[in-house]
Amino acid sequence: MRAAKAYLRSPAAVIGTVILLAVLVMGVGADWFYPGDPLGLAGRPLQWPGQNPRFLLGTDSSGRDIAAQIVHGARISLLIGFVATSIAVVIGIAIGSVAGFYGGATDTALMRVTEAFQTLPNFILLLVLVAVFGSTIETVTIAIGIVSWPPVARLTRAEFLSLRTRDFVQACRVQGLSDAHLILREVLPNALPPVIVYASVVMAVAILLESALAFLELSDPNVPSWGNLIGLGRNVLRTEWYVSAIPGVAILLTILGVSLVGQGLNDALNPRLARAR
Amino acid sequence: MKVLTLALRRLAASLPTLLLIIAGMFLLLQLAPGDTVDALMAQMGGGDPALAAELRRFYGLDVGVAAQLGRYLMRLVTLDLGFSAIYGKPVATVILERLPPTILLMASALSFAFFFGLVLGVIAARRVNRWPDTLISTLGLVFYATPSFWFGLMAIVVFSVYLQWFPPGGFSDITQTLTGVAAVLDIARHLVLPTLTLGLIFLAIYLRIMRASMLEVLSLDFVRTARAKGLSETRVVARHVLRNAMLPMVTLIGLQAGTMLGGSVVVESVFALPGLGRLAYESVVQRDLNTLLGIVFVSAILVIVINFLVDILYARLDPRIAAGS
Repeated sequence: MRAAKAYLRSPAAVIGTVILLAVLVMGVGADWFYPGDPLGLAGRPLQWPGQNPRFLLGTDSSGRDIAAQIVHGARISLLIGFVATSIAVVIGIAIGSVAGFYGGATDTALMRVTEAFQTLPNFILLLVLVAVFGSTIETVTIAIGIVSWPPVARLTRAEFLSLRTRDFVQACRVQGLSDAHLILREVLPNALPPVIVYASVVMAVAILLESALAFLELSDPNVPSWGNLIGLGRNVLRTEWYVSAIPGVAILLTILGVSLVGQGLNDALNPRLARAR
Repeated sequence: MKVLTLALRRLAASLPTLLLIIAGMFLLLQLAPGDTVDALMAQMGGGDPALAAELRRFYGLDVGVAAQLGRYLMRLVTLDLGFSAIYGKPVATVILERLPPTILLMASALSFAFFFGLVLGVIAARRVNRWPDTLISTLGLVFYATPSFWFGLMAIVVFSVYLQWFPPGGFSDITQTLTGVAAVLDIARHLVLPTLTLGLIFLAIYLRIMRASMLEVLSLDFVRTARAKGLSETRVVARHVLRNAMLPMVTLIGLQAGTMLGGSVVVESVFALPGLGRLAYESVVQRDLNTLLGIVFVSAILVIVINFLVDILYARLDPRIAAGS
């Protein structure tokens, strides 16, 4: 309760929540705002925003409604961000908690793998995964999750390392509780808050990664993704720059919202840190 | 010398990691639909199975996966990365040609982000919670949220199309042959926008870290001592705080070397720079898997080398590391 109050007292967190809620409403209500296929032909191509009252944000070079693509794109971005983040967090927690809890050879082996993933630039690994498994929306989302877990694993491991020798864990050990119980019921709940805060960073990066991939035309071309639209607008950049500009603002605001919420959570969950700042 | 030994030990420890990466990527690429020969045959407009078998023998694709991996690793020791069927050259040659623009771009983006991140972070920390701090922190948040490729495109619209200050892409002016200083200036002019584009997100990260670590160091006892000695505030910051506050930023350089290399894939594509990142993109599109594997190898080495340099730099900044070991 105190945390919730502290969260709402921070103006940054409130602004972030409002932005994120707006994007969420756009994504959830996309079919209601703009029923029909957002990638279908809507009118004359390359009409500037405001030129035709029917198209609030104008049309792209294929005559598709940009506003409809933005609203439907919100759903895609949030979905990819959320699912990819969940995948990254689950893998990261699994590897980090086992490595941190058991230590020794298990820890060394798992950290070697984590290091290997961190040494390889994640966007290049993403390119390799897309080259191998193709670029449907499902494979792209899973691939983004696979390249994003190492920092989560490191964070979880660090928390486990400091928690596993505490008295309450030792007490449970003496009671003869299983390792699985110790990891999942005793240590993990205490290790979770910083991981949840970090998940906001993972989500921001996941959305950026997908949009960059879509911009390079390596993501799914059959979904109304913001990155796709920026990539298409590139061909008419010199004259009709608004085609690329509008979806970029949408990405910027979404990432801003996610980061502000993350920062607010961080300050609310670590009150000691917040006061120092 | 202790510093060097320590850094070299870290370097040796990264060799198994490198091996893990190469083996993992090699096996992963085996899952890709179609091999180099398929891509080559498609480019030639088809051919008979006998030719395909002949080509497979030439590229060493006629033996089992384990044997191929063994051969590849053996050849890697001599820095032979195989042959690129698409470019008709050894992969090592193709990559070496593309390496200089990427290294130049990364170095200039890093310098830009580090310098301005440092300056802005210091200003924000010294005016904490007043308007310069609020302004800088807000800018940092916005820069962090800006997709780099989009910023690049908008920079092209503003600075190349409307203002015509900088060229919209390319590495040098190909309509005229320049030499000496003129050639250097020409390349510099071409690199301004890509540097800003790639450096923006790192600038945001560095200034945030610098601000936080300045605030932390400013509250430590030795700073109070320095102030009590009667040193001016500027001198306290420049001589006592800065060096200590810089340490987290230096750590970040190593941690984010990979992210920066990944970012240059996108930036090089936006500005049509003939670098390693663009090569990675092209080899994905053209299914040139041999080259892709070579790029993975080279970029992993690049990240390891940057971390090696960061280790040395870190130890120079923080004498406790060399003394403690």
